[in-house]
Amino acid sequence: MFDALNFAVGEMNAAGGLLGREVKVVSFDTQSNMQLYAQYAQEAALKHKVAVVHGGITSASREIIRPVLGKYKTLYFYETPYEGGVCDRNVFADGTTPGHNTEVLVDHAVKTWGKKGYVLAADYNYGQITSEWVKKYAKERGGDVIGTEFFPIDATNFGSTISKIQAAKPDWILTVLVGGGPISFYRQFNAAGLSGKIPIASTTFGAGNEQMVLTPEESNGIVVAYNYLQDIDSLANKEFLTRFRAKFGADYPPVTDLTMSSYIGLLLWAAGVKKAGTIDRDKVIEALESGITVDGPSGKVSIDPQTHHCIFDVHLAKFKDKKTVILNTFPQRKPIDTAMVCDLKKNPRDAKQYVISVK
Amino acid sequence: MDLAILVGIDFVNGVATLALMSIGLAVVFGMMRIINLAHGEFMVMGSYSAAVAYHHNVNIWVAILIVPPIAVAVIGAIIERVIIRRLYGRMVETMLATWGLSLFIVGILTTIFGSHTEGVPAPLSGIKVGNYQTSGYSLFVILMSVVTIVGVYVVLRATRLGLLARGTMQNAEMAAALGVDTSRIYATTFAFGAGLAGLAGGILAPISGVFPSIGGSYIGRAFITVIGGGPAPLVGTVTASAMFGFVNQLATFLSNPVYGEVALLVAAVILIRLLPNGITGRYFRRAL
Repeated sequence: MFDALNFAVGEMNAAGGLLGREVKVVSFDTQSNMQLYAQYAQEAALKHKVAVVHGGITSASREIIRPVLGKYKTLYFYETPYEGGVCDRNVFADGTTPGHNTEVLVDHAVKTWGKKGYVLAADYNYGQITSEWVKKYAKERGGDVIGTEFFPIDATNFGSTISKIQAAKPDWILTVLVGGGPISFYRQFNAAGLSGKIPIASTTFGAGNEQMVLTPEESNGIVVAYNYLQDIDSLANKEFLTRFRAKFGADYPPVTDLTMSSYIGLLLWAAGVKKAGTIDRDKVIEALESGITVDGPSGKVSIDPQTHHCIFDVHLAKFKDKKTVILNTFPQRKPIDTAMVCDLKKNPRDAKQYVISVK
Repeated sequence: MDLAILVGIDFVNGVATLALMSIGLAVVFGMMRIINLAHGEFMVMGSYSAAVAYHHNVNIWVAILIVPPIAVAVIGAIIERVIIRRLYGRMVETMLATWGLSLFIVGILTTIFGSHTEGVPAPLSGIKVGNYQTSGYSLFVILMSVVTIVGVYVVLRATRLGLLARGTMQNAEMAAALGVDTSRIYATTFAFGAGLAGLAGGILAPISGVFPSIGGSYIGRAFITVIGGGPAPLVGTVTASAMFGFVNQLATFLSNPVYGEVALLVAAVILIRLLPNGITGRYFRRAL
């Protein structure tokens, strides 16, 4: 993600900068330490007086820096897929949320595989909230989630889970797993000879290039849905990849949805600045709220003024031999989940993350 | 019936995994009274050595069974010479030193391999149990766990090295007076324990992903097992693994893995409250 951000900045500066000024990146290595996140957010806002902050991987880190940046009136872009619900005029989120991709995945699962689903999720807010969405979407389509299991992020032994899944005999499995440990789920699932017998869809698989560690047998057939996939067949994407590979080398790992989301985030901010004609925070926010649109490698991405989340294409795809084959494209999906609770046009002073009650 | 067999395999596998994780730590702690907080990282180094060997086209069985114990035993011997040797008999200092060491190893591994997940594919395919499927590899883990424990027993009981080691641990001065090079025995024992940790890391590499910080998820369970087991390294590890593994799997099966971990910890707290010296502090006291 950091490479993508720097890449975007590099391209921008090569083209003459922004408003005639060079864009400079001040970066901090937070080592995923929450205390450092808070400290560096303050430093960025007060010492370096930056125009915008891009960053924060987990929801926990976002919720730490969000109030800090709000307090010091520094614009903040959050670019990871997350559970949805952040409603803050100072924050723009361009990652996928359950409203974007989970509905697409559940729809595919119920229609092509059958009614009975089984959910495996990471035991924290992203997993918990997303699994609620899976239940809701499945029910709306006449399906049912017959089992849900939560795992600690470092869980590595899925043996008893695999037995339980076999006993429950679901038509499909949906994984909302996060971190390095869950790779072992796909591995153990295949080792038990179940790959291909019970189909798997995932809201997270591939975002960390999991398919590169696994063998094709272990990852073939897993269905995912993202805004960006490296295998999108468009001219804009091909050109982007050629430039990106020229800079980082041909053996750079596949560009993921997360990486692209950092790139797009910077383009969106730049578009806002250009429109506002200044880097002044309030004016840039107003410009972004006018429904700014950029055309990137993942297609058209525009900001939804009501929620400060994004409207973009979602591609449903299936893994085959470590690559994705796109099955279907759902154009211009809106952040329908966050929109249920958040209206920044009506309540511009809102600055919290809503836990959307999924009923 | 088929399902019962399947679940039975899961239970035995849970116990075997726990025993495999703990045996190296148990040998070092039980014999040398050294609390090695870097045990988890020793396992991770074993996993990485297996992954590296595998990616260099070494035969998969050699990569998970031969390379890791040798690699980690060598590293263990070096660490013993540089750090541990200076701290014998000073438990708190060894804990601090090995904790520092664990952070250092995580840092080094992150620098070399990055913080993403490496992996080794499981070499055995699934096997059928009636209408169900289970992993052939989990049977292999069970087998290897038994072989390892029997192997440790044979080394300690039937070889001259094992005899010298046990003698040195019981009374180092007497052993030295009888002409045993005790510092070499200590070094060998530590390297042996490290090698066992490496072997466990190698065997578990195809099951769990390999990434620098995964040691943290091993060390807690290994420690609880060793402390719960008490002073006798072998019998203690086997009995404590059987008990904690069973409780963990039962709770996991009835609810989910989060409660499985909780149940394991609760069982450990109750056990230590009732038997402060561990299982072998009370029962099987003369066992190995």
